[in-house]
Amino acid sequence: MMTHKIIKRELFSSHVLKLEIEAPRIAKARKAGHFVMVRADRKGERIPLTIAGANLEKGTITLVIQKVGVTSAKLFELKEGDSIADMVGPLGKATDVSHKGTILAAGGGVGVAPLLPIIEAMKKAGNRVVTIIAARSKDLIILEDQVRQHSDELIIMTDDGSYGEKGLVTEGMEKVIQRENIDEAVTIGPAVMMKFCALLTQKYNIPTVASLNTIMVDGTGMCGACRVTVNGKTRFVCVDGPEFNAHQVNFEELLLRLNGFKKLEQDALNTFNSTHKK
Amino acid sequence: MSDVKEKYTSIGREDAWRQELRKNVKAKERTAIPRAKMPELDAVYRAGSYDEVNVGLSSEEAQKEAARCLDCANPTCMSGCPVQIDIPSFVKNIEAGEFLKAAVTLKLYSSLPAVCGRVCPQEKQCEAQCIYTQKLKKEPVAIGHLERFAADYERNSGQAIEPIKPASNGIKVAVAGSGPAGLAFAGEMVKWGYDVTVFEALHEIGGVLKYGIPEFRLPNSIVDFEIDNLKKLGVNFVANCIIGKTISLEVLKEEGYQALFVASGAGLPRFMNIDGENLVGIMSANEYLTRINLMGAGREVSDTPVLSGKTVAVIGGGNTAMDSVRTARRLGASNAIIIYRRSFEEMPARMEEINHAKEEGIQFMNLYNPVQYLGDEFGQLKQIKLQRMELGEPDASGRRKPVPVKDGFELLDVDLAIVAIGVSPNPIIPQAVDGLQTTNWGTIEVNRDNMQSSIPEIFAGGDIVRGGATVILAMGDGKKAANSMHEYLQKKA
Repeated sequence: MMTHKIIKRELFSSHVLKLEIEAPRIAKARKAGHFVMVRADRKGERIPLTIAGANLEKGTITLVIQKVGVTSAKLFELKEGDSIADMVGPLGKATDVSHKGTILAAGGGVGVAPLLPIIEAMKKAGNRVVTIIAARSKDLIILEDQVRQHSDELIIMTDDGSYGEKGLVTEGMEKVIQRENIDEAVTIGPAVMMKFCALLTQKYNIPTVASLNTIMVDGTGMCGACRVTVNGKTRFVCVDGPEFNAHQVNFEELLLRLNGFKKLEQDALNTFNSTHKK
Repeated sequence: MSDVKEKYTSIGREDAWRQELRKNVKAKERTAIPRAKMPELDAVYRAGSYDEVNVGLSSEEAQKEAARCLDCANPTCMSGCPVQIDIPSFVKNIEAGEFLKAAVTLKLYSSLPAVCGRVCPQEKQCEAQCIYTQKLKKEPVAIGHLERFAADYERNSGQAIEPIKPASNGIKVAVAGSGPAGLAFAGEMVKWGYDVTVFEALHEIGGVLKYGIPEFRLPNSIVDFEIDNLKKLGVNFVANCIIGKTISLEVLKEEGYQALFVASGAGLPRFMNIDGENLVGIMSANEYLTRINLMGAGREVSDTPVLSGKTVAVIGGGNTAMDSVRTARRLGASNAIIIYRRSFEEMPARMEEINHAKEEGIQFMNLYNPVQYLGDEFGQLKQIKLQRMELGEPDASGRRKPVPVKDGFELLDVDLAIVAIGVSPNPIIPQAVDGLQTTNWGTIEVNRDNMQSSIPEIFAGGDIVRGGATVILAMGDGKKAANSMHEYLQKKA
């Protein structure tokens, strides 16, 4: 009944891919902050991917995928017209969108993709949105035009200074914080980046939301692989999140848990690459 | 359905063939026959394979076992069955060698006989009410083994009677969840001509029968066969679709659904909330079993990884704990250990499962309770700190309450720990439907007589109402809900 056909495929860089996928029901039901679970083929594992956008007329959703493991490698091989075996969603709690004043949004790497619907919604709700997007270098900066369109101001930071300002995302954030009053910060990116964003905003007492991306199996509360400690309590990212008060997230534990399957994942990817014709 | 009944079954106790069958063998001779023993795979072989442990009775064994049944005028066994199967009728058909008729008889009452014959706790239900148990103080008729035999015989015979698709009454009803409650419900409703669509969150149909129960106890192919039968009867299945997430109740109504049966299960794993429980290497039984049963982890055909180790501790004493620990053994754990805070006597797992586990070399550390998990600098689990327990006075459950032994602490070196201490109801539908009343435990509140919720067109059953019970109780709920929804919709029409 539901096929998930790839309508459009766009390569942002050798490691970052944008897919527009047919999913009319998800496109209709999704809100900023939601994610989907994806299984590339019949052999595939289930992985969570945050929805980067939707087109109601076309009945599609957009996913941005970074090449890290076997599943993402398989998704990279799909062409327009191919279908993804399984996709379910929208999952998780939607972003709390309301008029708060000035929002400082910080996205790192592919984290910019799930950040986009949030700033879009925040802007629509009447907030002033200052967005910082950061990456190691120029070729890893994604969705610049779309982010600019939904932000009052866009600041680009690169580690090597190949584009925008040279420096870390937190350096860009601190400048803005010192310059003007920020009512809320939102951060999405690698866990270690979000950890430092949270430490920074805590110093300035700015309420901050982090959208976590953890290991999941079902994505609907059944497995508990995604558990994370927030304010001393165990929470499930899939049903209690994916967004949490960044100041209460135990990022040390999150980082350790994210590494739990690293070796198995690397072995699997090596096997996949060695047995797979390009 | 009544045509099928007349054509393929004869289930009257006073039918000539059955009277004759009763007369042929004296009751005394029947009761002298020893109960059939389920043939099993060798314990050493099976601990290294996913093959089904129980092999099933042969035709001769089944007929001999069926002859033990006294075909009581008042069959008390039926009172122990949550779906009220006409037990003597199917058993006597087996004795008469009419195996296909026995299978059809079962299907009049149950959509999943091959499943129930395998995973029902018959020793607590039909077999507990059998006259052998009740009056003769002997081992009961092996009703479960016989149920499985009839269903397997039909499936393997190549002569399975094709289900006849009933005429449609054009009324659309939706089901949330394709586990035992949802399947039983769908099986009943479709017989009355309803246009039934079952929505499933996962990519596979079958719910806990697929993700929870391991293949060595219930092969997926058997679940699929029963699901195919429902498809042939006209039930629609939609995978990857969550009512309350992908489609709202409003959208269901817009699409013409007149009523909804919620059978979304008790999916949320419980943890003990003790220090160190989020270390790498500690997971819920749901996660462990889902990775292996549903996703095929540990086999070449699957991308899904699963952590493995030489020493695996499973916390809990229920069927899920036994399933997990026996799975760990199959994945190569040389020390697969159950850690349970009470003793064998209080253990909620089926005796069959405990015995199978023992035969497969599972170690039992009873009267121990984890109090802390200890890890290394990478956050990897290394040890469990266990508290020695002893049994005190009986608690609310009637079981003797475990009490900590003062200063009785021990450290156990482990690679993995699987937490199998129970599940909570899935919150998605209760959260998504305004006005749906729930209990303090998060289960959906229903009138237990008809399974109707606080919203008249929503019925619910199985673990979303019970909070963690058995396959057959869920099926009983599904059947009951179907009866009352049918009544409700007919009145409304």
